[in-house]
Amino acid sequence: MSTLEIKDLHVSVSTEDGAKEILKGVTLTIKDGETHAIMGPNGSGKSTLAYSIAGHPKYDVTDGTVTLDGEDVLAMSVDERARAGLFLAMQYPVEVPGVSVANFLRTAKTAIDGEAPKLRTWVKDVNAAMGENGLDASFSQRSVNEGFSGGEKKRHEIAQLNLLQPKVAVLDETDSGLDIDALKVVSEGVNRFSAGGDKGVLLITHYTRILRYIKPDFVHVFVNGRIAEQGGPELADQLEAEGYDKYVNAAV
Amino acid sequence: MTVIDETPAAARAVETGKVSSHLHPEPSYDLALHPVPTGREEIWRFTPLKRLRGLLDDAPSDAHLEWTTQLPAGVTLTPIGADEARELGEFLPSDRLAALAVAHGGDVLLLDVPADAELTEPVRLDLRGTGLDAVVWGHLVIRVGRHARATVLVEHAGAARYSHATSVLVGDGAQLDLVTVNDWDDESVHAGQVGIRVGRDARVRASEFTIGGDLVRTTTNVEYAGPGGEAELLGLYFADAGQHIEHRLFADHTAPRTKSNVVYKGALQGEGAHTVWIGNVLIRKVAEGIETYEENRNLVLTDGCQADSVPNLEIETGEIEGAGHASATGRFDDEQLFYLRSRGISEPEARRLVVHGFFDDLIRRVGVPELEERLLAVVESELERHVLAEKPTA
Repeated sequence: MSTLEIKDLHVSVSTEDGAKEILKGVTLTIKDGETHAIMGPNGSGKSTLAYSIAGHPKYDVTDGTVTLDGEDVLAMSVDERARAGLFLAMQYPVEVPGVSVANFLRTAKTAIDGEAPKLRTWVKDVNAAMGENGLDASFSQRSVNEGFSGGEKKRHEIAQLNLLQPKVAVLDETDSGLDIDALKVVSEGVNRFSAGGDKGVLLITHYTRILRYIKPDFVHVFVNGRIAEQGGPELADQLEAEGYDKYVNAAV
Repeated sequence: MTVIDETPAAARAVETGKVSSHLHPEPSYDLALHPVPTGREEIWRFTPLKRLRGLLDDAPSDAHLEWTTQLPAGVTLTPIGADEARELGEFLPSDRLAALAVAHGGDVLLLDVPADAELTEPVRLDLRGTGLDAVVWGHLVIRVGRHARATVLVEHAGAARYSHATSVLVGDGAQLDLVTVNDWDDESVHAGQVGIRVGRDARVRASEFTIGGDLVRTTTNVEYAGPGGEAELLGLYFADAGQHIEHRLFADHTAPRTKSNVVYKGALQGEGAHTVWIGNVLIRKVAEGIETYEENRNLVLTDGCQADSVPNLEIETGEIEGAGHASATGRFDDEQLFYLRSRGISEPEARRLVVHGFFDDLIRRVGVPELEERLLAVVESELERHVLAEKPTA
């Protein structure tokens, strides 16, 4: 059983004109087995929420709490958060020249499990996770994300999700820039992850398209650093038809 | 960068005429033409002269390094007279350090790989310094005959104040891998001029690894005896607190359709670590159809370090295939570290991965498997001094 609980989260970034508040009090609870979709227009603070949960140093939490099963996530370093069971699939995965995917995955798995994976099964697991996400075995020998296409980077993120098996996955616009085939592959990967019913998913997206393949239990509309409305899957259909205008106009 | 213009075809002969440039002064045996530097000269401005500790003094010495050699069958190492070295066509001294090494080096050691030899084992020259009391002058010629294939490993270690002038004469169609490891004790001072003349259609890969020593300053000059020669110059260096490591490269395209490719990568850590990389390339009028690229990257691991990186390209003909250079000096990329850490990898481990990754492609290109492993181990042990030992401020 795991629960990610975000309470009244306020987050600022420093700009030339001083601190600028991006998140203005976000409250959200993700229990295991639940998939939450956060939808909102550009600049509403969706990605800031994702990176704040993961602990990116650029974001300064000024108020509020984030806990995973009662543990204070905000007191943890970036890597401690991952070892505690959080995973962030990034919108723009970072290239790490000279570090092979195989070495990276093994190092990450070892860090998260606290012991090296069993050699016999691990190579098989890696090849399976890569293959299921449409990446052939040669990717293991390539440098992390270097020279990957946009779609390959996203599929590599989901392959990591499948291998590392966190408690809660935050997917930051994993669907953006994907063609329909890649979108299906990625969605299947997320669905495999959550199929056991004991994983939490926070799916951040600008578009409703991915919600045809990943069924959310809850949909939150994110506008101007806050949740403006929440509901079930039907809210996504409504957004598909009406767009964000009424929320954006109400927030101004 | 590719430079192209409509200069008419020039004479198709090897050209070694004078090109006036402050970047590469006229070489000469005459000490009077290599006065004691003030430190303001272009070729001296990065070097802390005092720390050369006698290598600029015109004083004879008959001290030697301790030599241990492994010579595959057919390869010889013999002393020859200085006159003979000149007749073989050695490089003239391009600075005072090399001029003194030639003036006081006494007999020249000639390493001779005969024509058509196909060496299956590397030639090994292990040179160990046995003390700092006396300056050691060294004067060497490495000759690789026509169509020979050889790997030559030169290792410098121990305690020494050592300055040498080495000429590497690579015959037509020959292939040479020359690997130099500078892994001196902390107090050592080392200056070296290595001149490489690449024969027609010959290929040379010269790799240089500088890890230890208080001050190391090497100057590698490449020129071409005929068209079609290729030179790949690779370097890896790791400067710790107080160390001065200076690599000066000069690719002098003296013949048409020749290639030079320079990649030097360094890491710096600790107060006063200083590295200098000078990458000079001259494309002479005759050197049509050449290709050159030079690259220097520095990774600054802690505060208090300085990395100087100066690429220079002088072009006298635009009728070339390509010419370019790149230089970058930076700290750890925060986004790379964040990405690795977001997968549970601890900060020291993430830094370790990034540094290994930084050097990885270079180490793979050396092409001497046993050395690859050793270099990986060197990087690892250097990392243990700082990157893995302390938690740098975020």
